Amino acid sequence: MQTDLLQEARRQAEICNACRYCEGYCSVFPALTAQRAFSDGDMTQLANLCHNCRGCYYACQYTEPHEFALNLPAVLAEVRHDSWESFAWPAAPARLFQRNGLAVAIAVALGFAVVFWLARVLAPADGVGFYTVLSHSMMVAIFAPAFLFPLVSLAISLRRYWRETGGGSVSFGDIGQAFGAAAQMRNLAGGPGDGCNFEDEDRFTQARRHAHQAVMYGFLLCFAATSAGTLLHYVFDMPAPYPLWSLPKLLGIPGGVLLTGGAVLMVSLKLRADRALGDAGAWGGEMGFVVLLGFVGFSGLALVALGQSGLMPVMLALHLGAVLAFFLLTPYSKMAHGFYRMAALVRDARRQRA
Amino acid sequence: MTDFDITIIGGGNAALCAAITAAKSGARVLILEAAPKAYRGGNSRHTRNFRCKHSTAMYPLIESYETDEYLADLLKVTGGKTDTALARMTIEASEECLPWMQEHGVRFQPSLSGTLSLGRTNAFFLGGGKALVNAYYRTAQALGVEVLYEAKVTNVQLDHDRVSEVVYDHAGQTHRISPKAVIVASGGFQGDTDWLARAWGPAAKNFLIRGTPYNRGVVLDDLLKQGVTSVGDPTQCHAVAIDGRAPKFDGGIVTRLDCVPFSIVVNKDGQRFYDEGEDVWPKRYAIWGRLVAAQPDQVGYVIIDSKSLDLFMPSVFPPIKADSLPELASKMGLPADALQQTVDGFNAACGDTSAFHPTELDGVATTGLEPAKTNWARPIVDPPFYGYSLRPGVTFTYLGFQVDDNAQCSTEAGKIRNLWAAGETMAGSILGQGYLAGFGMTIGTVFGRIAGREAAKYANSREAATFANSREAAKYAN
Repeated sequence: MQTDLLQEARRQAEICNACRYCEGYCSVFPALTAQRAFSDGDMTQLANLCHNCRGCYYACQYTEPHEFALNLPAVLAEVRHDSWESFAWPAAPARLFQRNGLAVAIAVALGFAVVFWLARVLAPADGVGFYTVLSHSMMVAIFAPAFLFPLVSLAISLRRYWRETGGGSVSFGDIGQAFGAAAQMRNLAGGPGDGCNFEDEDRFTQARRHAHQAVMYGFLLCFAATSAGTLLHYVFDMPAPYPLWSLPKLLGIPGGVLLTGGAVLMVSLKLRADRALGDAGAWGGEMGFVVLLGFVGFSGLALVALGQSGLMPVMLALHLGAVLAFFLLTPYSKMAHGFYRMAALVRDARRQRA
Repeated sequence: MTDFDITIIGGGNAALCAAITAAKSGARVLILEAAPKAYRGGNSRHTRNFRCKHSTAMYPLIESYETDEYLADLLKVTGGKTDTALARMTIEASEECLPWMQEHGVRFQPSLSGTLSLGRTNAFFLGGGKALVNAYYRTAQALGVEVLYEAKVTNVQLDHDRVSEVVYDHAGQTHRISPKAVIVASGGFQGDTDWLARAWGPAAKNFLIRGTPYNRGVVLDDLLKQGVTSVGDPTQCHAVAIDGRAPKFDGGIVTRLDCVPFSIVVNKDGQRFYDEGEDVWPKRYAIWGRLVAAQPDQVGYVIIDSKSLDLFMPSVFPPIKADSLPELASKMGLPADALQQTVDGFNAACGDTSAFHPTELDGVATTGLEPAKTNWARPIVDPPFYGYSLRPGVTFTYLGFQVDDNAQCSTEAGKIRNLWAAGETMAGSILGQGYLAGFGMTIGTVFGRIAGREAAKYANSREAATFANSREAAKYAN
């Protein structure tokens, strides 16, 4: 990791530790004030605990033009991204996709191309519904590795993270506490406040928290829909297409709506927010990722709507191409933050217990 | 520009409480804030809590804190230099302020780590004073209050028993307005170090100012020269000992040093000059500003050893560190022999330290040493050794306007019909000396609300309307 960046973050954390006015906003400050000196691992943990709610920035007496020049949300965002790049396996693609929206777009286009090409070359002779475009076994052959690769990659990264931050053993209570914090997005609630400061300077709103939860729960519902489909196919021998009143659609349609709507709201909030309070260099990559997630949701919904029409094969290729790119980019895109964030929350629950 | 009923000079807590209260009574309010937006809020931006009377627990305060106890705490620090009736009224009024503050956007948090002793008496602002100021600006602007930043008032013209005109500079131009009522809430004069030096003596040039550089006392000076009744010792300021490396202005909370009780403090000649263990911090916090100000070059040096390093809150700058006392002396620019002698003498005077207790008066004292250290006296022997420099840090000045319980100002001839004052600029009416944590915000909130209410009442009155009409008529007649 970059030592000058860590050093700057440490300088800022030490000033925060002498002030402590922001203690009530989020988990970062109680974790920070529990210590006097900050190792690189401590800074990495604090950075991944920070949800960039920006409450501390707008409340700070020491932001520029003050000579102490504090901007804790920005420096922690930079350390956070730097840590993901240094923990990524394989490391090479991390820097490219993390920071570069164009690279994300190119990856998605490649995903489209691959699926179109496969559909053309390997057009199945028979099949029903989507399987007229791409056979089930072909889909599995593409997506099983595309799903497993990010899991392996992230497992390696998280192990590195755990070692760097001195994680130690974990209890079920710690995990439960971390899931509780994520489920309610407690760290974007502003403590006893009214949400976070994001799209309109120091105004507290729940907009970002709600947008984030829509995306997160939307994604989880879509994932559950896919899992339900897999179970129906293999366990119950009920292949697609599924009717409206089936588990995959009952989970997938609301999920797609939440995911798409949440992503649209998130994009609009990010466009209004001050880029200087995040990692400005990663803005494009983050934006590309949110758009991609939104497109996954939207194209899935379009597929439901157009499943019976002549546009279906095109929509299917677009949707599957986007999903393919999304999976393969997971360890290198903003998607990784969910995994690191959970690790940081578990680590913090452990600190509180100790 | 639209005609405003009320002009408020200043943009901190008291000004904003006044603006919100007046605007809710239907008055059109203009705030003239001398600072740019980034530094708006005066000293309020550095505050962290509000001392509040309460009979039962109310979030975030626990248990109860009754008027008599509160008043007794105040009288202890002011040594009786307090208008007791006004103080009692302020304390009584603080209780209803807490819900009012929450209604107008202020959020609280439980007592900060390291300040648990204040959890019963002081309500801490979530995010500190700047977050409070931000919330009030949002509320005020939503109520239609107009705010001008970098608007420097140069003259508030008195005409017998009323203010006739307010003159201010803004964006390179001088403006003259005649509001129906004026509220002064622009703090003390500590930002003007020339004035401080005239009042205190040339040593004041070496003082650091803990808060805003924009409290220069221009309006205070202007009105006092026109005969407005003053209160408070014009030569005095409240000063504490802070890290000598702090910036000249606006260093705020992080420059405080809590390590004096565990240290010895020497002057630039390496000599001790006061009992470092006299009482628990922060009760003795305030006197050290004065003590250091009386030393040559207005500087002191705190010396501790490694066993005391983790006993106090960290501060913004790391201590100077050395493996031996001569090395520390050389790094700090102190005479090595003198420092060694002082430390040796102190160490020899230390006795049994087994009763050492960092948060209580433990009676672990020196014997036969002058000045004695009466608590926490442990020999300084365990390297590495650490040092901090100390300088006086001015928090506020005591000179201000004498107000009545309606926050109204007066001259020898009687009340000024349309002039009120709130916050630090009239705090001398209650705080004759010393300081009680969180009481400045109490005075500002209570008197800000009163001033806003009274100014709005006046602005809506027949008297104000008649006067405005006659002035208008006179203007056309000319």
